[in-house]
Amino acid sequence: MKITRKDFLRLSGLGLLALAGRKAVRALSGWSFAQTSASAAKPIRWGMAFDLGKCRHKDGCNRCIQACHSTHNVPQFADRAHEIKWIWKEPFQNVFPAAQTDYTRDFYGSLPVLLACNHCDDPPCQDVCPVDATWRRDDGVVTIDFHRCIGCRYCMAACPYGSRSFNWQDPRPAIATVNPDFPTRTKGVVEKCNFCEERLAKGQGPACAESCEEKAIVFGDLEQPDSELRQLLRSRFAVQRKPELGTGPSVYYIV
Amino acid sequence: MSDRPLIVAGLTLFVGLVSTPIWHGALNREAAMAALHIKLPAREKQCVAPASYMRTSHMQLLEHWRNEAVRDGQRQFVAFNGKTYDKDPTRTCLTECHTDRKEFCERCHNYAGVSDPNCWNCHNDSHVASEGNS
Ligand code: SF4
Ligand code: SF4
Repeated sequence: MKITRKDFLRLSGLGLLALAGRKAVRALSGWSFAQTSASAAKPIRWGMAFDLGKCRHKDGCNRCIQACHSTHNVPQFADRAHEIKWIWKEPFQNVFPAAQTDYTRDFYGSLPVLLACNHCDDPPCQDVCPVDATWRRDDGVVTIDFHRCIGCRYCMAACPYGSRSFNWQDPRPAIATVNPDFPTRTKGVVEKCNFCEERLAKGQGPACAESCEEKAIVFGDLEQPDSELRQLLRSRFAVQRKPELGTGPSVYYIV
Repeated sequence: MSDRPLIVAGLTLFVGLVSTPIWHGALNREAAMAALHIKLPAREKQCVAPASYMRTSHMQLLEHWRNEAVRDGQRQFVAFNGKTYDKDPTRTCLTECHTDRKEFCERCHNYAGVSDPNCWNCHNDSHVASEGNS
């Protein structure tokens, strides 16, 4: 059979059209599948609220900090330059410098405020990590793979909240009693609050929230309208740290 | 031309010397294996995978465990025999079986000429060590 030039062009055009059609059908069916599966599995976004008023009830209480540190083998270095922080306190005026006036400063300025990683919705620490050692999980927890971290500290520079600490030396000698069920870290990796993801995996809440007798720390799913956390955020006025940066913190402060 | 035997002899000597580690190891294989004295776990007879697989591929298995547990949140391992284990080197490997990493992991690594595993810089073994097997 002889094919003329015109026939050849016509046939190849038809072939290409068929191919494109198949691709389009695939893409469309893939899209609809993704839609249904996403709606089938409800997304989770873990969040937390610190009720500062309740937290102030007991002067000098550090139960949550101790609970976190003993759970996660957080070392205690005397030298502040080597300090490792997961959850800690800073004076109000340093945490919310814009949220005070000459007259409120007297009272509020020096009050302690709890700080930890905000588990940002769009975390800048994740964007800068050159080796994918830190990332936001599907449930909103921003986590670190200590195995993979090369200690470049880009993430520390990127985090606008100072949530991350670097191990300048072997942390083991500075841990009073080691909890065998959580790894210690090693010299040269970065660490921070992990929202107790190892406890979440067992269906438990974070150690800090559990330890607080005043119930000043409320943990829950921000995606679930009737979670305790969402109810609290509906009924009380709450702020985030530096919301103007667009990082979308999952940690709220009831002031 | 008359140098040929010399050259061949020299080359043979050279190759023989350079390959000393290989044929020395091959000849003394049995003796060296016996001298290794790996202490097997007292409590458990079956590892999470067949011993032959573990001997050659435990590093791949551990790496899989690590990635799945840390990255995908899958912390349970279903073994070839249907048993389920936690992907937890401290609890599953050390506490249950290989209670003395120096006598197990490190002895074999030294034997094989590989650097000591650095798992235990972070994963804890102090509680098993202090439970007294030395
Ligand atoms: S608070 Fe800092 S460390 Fe935590 S997710 Fe946000 S940017 Fe990352
Ligand atoms: S210090 Fe570690 S986690 Fe942070 S950016 Fe570098 S490799 Fe990533």
